[in-house]
Amino acid sequence: MSHETNGKAPILEADHVTKRFGRITALEDVSMRVYASEILCVLGDNGAGKSTLIKTLSGVHPPDEGRLLVDGEPVRFSSPRDALARGIATVYQDLAMVPMLSVVRNFFLGAEPTRGVWPLRRLDLREAEAVVRAELKRMGVELRDMSVPVSALSGGQRQALAIARAIHFGARVLVLDEPTSALGVKQAGIVLRYVMEARTRGCGVILITHNPHHAHMVGDRFTILNRGRCEGTFAKAEISRDELVRRMAGGEELEQLQHELRAS
Amino acid sequence: MSARKWLYRPELGVVAAVVAAWLFFAITAGDSGFLTLSGTASYLAIAAELGILAAPVALLMIAGEFDLSIGSTLAASGMTMALCTTELGWPLWAGIAAAAALSACVGLVNGLIVTRTRLPSFIVTLGTLFILAGGTIGTTRLITGRTQVGGLEDAGGFGAAQKLFAGQIGPFSITLLWWVGLTALATWVLVRTRPGNWIFAVGGAPDAARRLGIPVDRVKILLFMTTALAACLVATFQTVQFRGTDVLRGTGKELEAILAAVLGGTLLTGGRGSVFGAACGALLFGMVQQGIVFSGVDSDWYKVFLGAVLILAVLLNSSVQMRAAEARR
Repeated sequence: MSHETNGKAPILEADHVTKRFGRITALEDVSMRVYASEILCVLGDNGAGKSTLIKTLSGVHPPDEGRLLVDGEPVRFSSPRDALARGIATVYQDLAMVPMLSVVRNFFLGAEPTRGVWPLRRLDLREAEAVVRAELKRMGVELRDMSVPVSALSGGQRQALAIARAIHFGARVLVLDEPTSALGVKQAGIVLRYVMEARTRGCGVILITHNPHHAHMVGDRFTILNRGRCEGTFAKAEISRDELVRRMAGGEELEQLQHELRAS
Repeated sequence: MSARKWLYRPELGVVAAVVAAWLFFAITAGDSGFLTLSGTASYLAIAAELGILAAPVALLMIAGEFDLSIGSTLAASGMTMALCTTELGWPLWAGIAAAAALSACVGLVNGLIVTRTRLPSFIVTLGTLFILAGGTIGTTRLITGRTQVGGLEDAGGFGAAQKLFAGQIGPFSITLLWWVGLTALATWVLVRTRPGNWIFAVGGAPDAARRLGIPVDRVKILLFMTTALAACLVATFQTVQFRGTDVLRGTGKELEAILAAVLGGTLLTGGRGSVFGAACGALLFGMVQQGIVFSGVDSDWYKVFLGAVLILAVLLNSSVQMRAAEARR
């Protein structure tokens, strides 16, 4: 579990977090930390507790035990807005976009720049378009026409827009929920490049995925989640892709399955 | 704007239909008065009243909700101003203020029920449509023993109100000015202000809108109040023009307004639409209703024509848009 921390506190840390729903324990004693300019991949199969982890980190559910720390300070998020104010931005799979609205309008939805005073206060669309163009360009996306509806963008472009929006509005930690899951190979590759771009720009990224191949390509460290428990965190140098695949699938279980299949 | 961008506009179908209807009646009824100034004024007057209802109805539908109660709200607010002036002896302006207050309350109640209970607004406002219709008839008959109230010309301030709400500019009704002004205002709000942006978001992706901190419920409630106040304004036009009102006034207007909005490219499911389109829808409605009269066909038939045009316009709209969307990929 080696990582040069330069003596700096992680931006976001989960410290022995447990979350229960009634008698079901969704997360048990999970610890993880993410530093600026690194990608932490959280890997887990269905039901491993990934979505509960996302919701705990993003302020939807407070942990039952353990604590969250931002910049080394214990915090208690009362809502997703609260987490956002601390710089923890979550990009869900639906990306919180309105498909029929334009790229520019989606980018600023809920935080539109205006000019003039009421009752003549109006959207500053020119300013908004300039900002979106610049932010997308920094992600490596060039759109000819910013007024096209988001539904006309590719899946990868949409992801880029969501990530650029989060960074623009002050995200220091990006929690990405399965950003490559609904995409083809090529689009997934493009999205992974945006994820790396976010790291270059100084964000700490928590990439939640069930795809060890995608994770191993971009991740700096890997945390494996299985049935709500943390099965260890590894630096990239410590673990090969095959080992990651094996661990994620629950190691021995997979080997046993292989034996059974061979025997039959 | 490029040609393809025009194909993306929701108004495309209705603009084509307006041009087609005008040409059709110009040819078939051109020599019987359709093309004259007074002929034009006659369908513009119908379009203006409907258009003033259709603009806020379009906004509300873009936000993903319906208001079926505006027909009854129109009747109730017209009767409120008539009863306040004739029975209570209030000046007309006080009567109009009372009617506006009542309408705002109706919109508020509609909005609160819809946002709090999450029942479909179609059902909620269908309920208030009936409640208000019955309430208006019941109250009016209880007070006056009749279902019509007249004699508003004796009320204080009638002269000024007449100029403002029922005046003429040459052959044209002053309601035309109201229509153009309100359509321009609603368009500006929809496409150039923050609340306008929110209206699209509330109808297009309510969960996303909520997560981004948009006050979804407040947007909806205010829109319900706007549709109700528009109904009150139209009631004022009619009540002042006819110097009285009738408990059945406004019947069916709720459906005509939805028809105009949908003709204008507003999606029933929300998230997309245009106020300008709704205005064109209202124009088409007026043109067809009067055009049929001018062409000498029994006016009983105009609804057949309108219904057919509705289906054709929506069909054209959706097929063109689908092709435009495919071409873009």
